Amino acid sequence: MIKVQKQDFDVTTEIKNITSLNKNIGGTGVFIGNVREGNNSNLQSMTLEHYPIMTEKQLEKINNEAKTRWNLIDSLIIHRYGKLYPGDQIVLVATFSEHRTNALKACEFLIDWLKTKAPFWKLEESDKGNIWVEEKTSDIDAANKW
Amino acid sequence: MQIKYFSWVKEQIGVDAENITLKDNIETIIDLINHLKSKNEKYNRAFKDISIIRCAVNMEVTNLDEKINDNDEIAFFPPMTGG
Repeated sequence: MIKVQKQDFDVTTEIKNITSLNKNIGGTGVFIGNVREGNNSNLQSMTLEHYPIMTEKQLEKINNEAKTRWNLIDSLIIHRYGKLYPGDQIVLVATFSEHRTNALKACEFLIDWLKTKAPFWKLEESDKGNIWVEEKTSDIDAANKW
Repeated sequence: MQIKYFSWVKEQIGVDAENITLKDNIETIIDLINHLKSKNEKYNRAFKDISIIRCAVNMEVTNLDEKINDNDEIAFFPPMTGG
């Protein structure tokens, strides 16, 4: 399931909503991304812009790719947009399988791919002014390793 | 054709979307970029370094040599930074 939303999410509730429906889930892989304050720029806020409809389509595509590569019972991606503050949750990736390996691998794959393939752009507002976050080589390498 | 802009591409051009009628000599994305650049300095600046421009045709990421039609939705943006 894909959710692109402004509002925050409760990880426990979101996971229980899925595990309560399938008693064969033996392992859940979870990644939560939060807004970091940063080491020296004193981040005040981060605004996430996205491309509505394309975002959902891309996330759906990435999610389907994970399901073809690993044996998953279910998977969930929640990605927020709008103005967020240090400590806020940005993204949740949760993968559900019978055993841990599929869930953990698929979870890592999903977060690696959505870093460079989901149409979001981050504007950091800090002491240095407003700066759009640039693509990182390490993120491209992480996506390419799969 | 509708064109959408995101992130700093949108900021530099000054609008988030616009409609244009495709001229006969515009067949690909790169033709469209060159046409836009000829309009004014804002476009020229936004598309100065096309190695950092990504595009989508009808919400599918494509290459700059992709052929386009008048009823396509085109989007220009910097590399994506999700997660």
